[in-house]
Amino acid sequence: MSKPVKERELTCIICPRGCSLRVTVLDDGTVSVTGNSCPRGKTYGETEMTHPMRTLTTTVATADGRMLPVRTSAPVPKEMLFACMAAVNEIVVSRDTDIGDVLVPDLLGTGADLIATGSWKSRT
Amino acid sequence: MSLKTLKTDLAIIGGGPAGMSAAVAAYDAGVRNLLILERDGALGGILQQCIHNGFGLHRFGEELSGPEYAHRYEEMVRQRNIPFKLNTMVLDLTQDRRITATNSEDGVFYVDAGAVILAMGCRERPRGALNTPGTRPAGIYTAGTAQKLVNVKGCMPGRDVVILGSGDIGLIMARRMTLEGARVHAVCELMPYSGGLARNIEQCLHDFDIPLYLSTTVVGIKGRERLESVQIASVDENRRPIPSTIREIPCDTLLLSVGLIPENELTKSAGVPLDRTTQGAVVDQDRMTRVPGIFSCGNVLHVHDLVDYVSDEAAVAGRAAAAYLSGLEPGKEEIEIVPDGLVRYTVPQRLTRREQTRIFFRVGGIYRNVRIVVRDGEREIYSAKKLKVAPGEMESITLSKDVMRTLSGGRLEIGLEETP
Repeated sequence: MSKPVKERELTCIICPRGCSLRVTVLDDGTVSVTGNSCPRGKTYGETEMTHPMRTLTTTVATADGRMLPVRTSAPVPKEMLFACMAAVNEIVVSRDTDIGDVLVPDLLGTGADLIATGSWKSRT
Repeated sequence: MSLKTLKTDLAIIGGGPAGMSAAVAAYDAGVRNLLILERDGALGGILQQCIHNGFGLHRFGEELSGPEYAHRYEEMVRQRNIPFKLNTMVLDLTQDRRITATNSEDGVFYVDAGAVILAMGCRERPRGALNTPGTRPAGIYTAGTAQKLVNVKGCMPGRDVVILGSGDIGLIMARRMTLEGARVHAVCELMPYSGGLARNIEQCLHDFDIPLYLSTTVVGIKGRERLESVQIASVDENRRPIPSTIREIPCDTLLLSVGLIPENELTKSAGVPLDRTTQGAVVDQDRMTRVPGIFSCGNVLHVHDLVDYVSDEAAVAGRAAAAYLSGLEPGKEEIEIVPDGLVRYTVPQRLTRREQTRIFFRVGGIYRNVRIVVRDGEREIYSAKKLKVAPGEMESITLSKDVMRTLSGGRLEIGLEETP
């Protein structure tokens, strides 16, 4: 029978409910999650024990100096958040950028695109 | 010279999430002559600066950032051609629903409305409300002001940060400032528990090893031109600072995330009675205030945890305003809902019809293994077990039409009891 080798208490960050998870890694490499209320909580618990991922939300400058909100289209490795920030802070985008536009495909090889979550297009 | 007077069936004061949702719901219920008045240069309200994600899981079934959530509603407003005036400040509202407003195009003008929906949102408690002793240097901001500076203006308020208050905006700003290169040295919380969501403690503080000091407050502020340090201290069970625990943290920035206050100046000028606890209007199940034809919804009514719930509540108000305008008689019952103190407040506070009703409430402390109990005199008409309730999380119960029909009279008591 497989034995637990690592156990952690986590707070799920997938939704505002914030379930308290107990995640156990067994010596055969399998991960068990309890305390979750939905399948996404199970996935979160498993990923958090093996390779934590986070969605990055930040801003980029537009050509006229105003800031445009952006996010990654999918979670990126947690340890790459600051590298992603450095890359994103180098970018200046057109003021005609629209919400949903892909600004950087495959940001730093993470597989996630950087997308605009706002727009100044229709605004004064 | 007489001032321009516009006539409209429905005027909505505020073009944030509450105002937009109320307008869309009213339009979909048949109101065609309506107008949104917005103080800012764009629709969307505070969502425009809330660039983090986590919005829309209930309402749209997906995780959106604030601007994306606002955009969805702005599209709904535009698709329906619902008119709105931006950069327009409402100065006054009367009991008979005359609005005085001003902008640079129309000057000062009146709007006479058949019904009014109040959707002005809330504002942050400022430093002045805290009575923290010390000098008055630059570098002290409310968390929301810092959020606007960073996310909209693109400038950093400082580099070495202490945050007082662990509400969600404070936690979100701890992460945001850290990502932009600042060092957040501490988040201090007066209470023995955080007022923010557990997920934000995890992803905004733990992820970046930012310490959260509970039962701790800022007792001193130092610096002449610019903030140089703050003194923090633990507090006892009566929330009084313990002098032996005072220590100093050098910093150039102090962010305050110490509570939100519904912005009800117009509500007061219209003579709408307020609830002393929520600091918003007293409303019935339709979100109609005590003044017929004036409705209130969103954070101006009571501070919500999630924008999704703001949208839901505003839609209730929008549909109810449409019904009011179509001449539907308001309910004739008068059932008061009285919280027991452990339950601090409810919204609505009164019921005027015997129909299925959802009642939202907040509790005053963290309680475990409790029952939420509603009584009609001695008779228990509703109860539900909860493993845990906390002040930071709004709760709700639904009273069925069958239960509502059996009510004997004018008063329901709602409270918490230990589970037997």
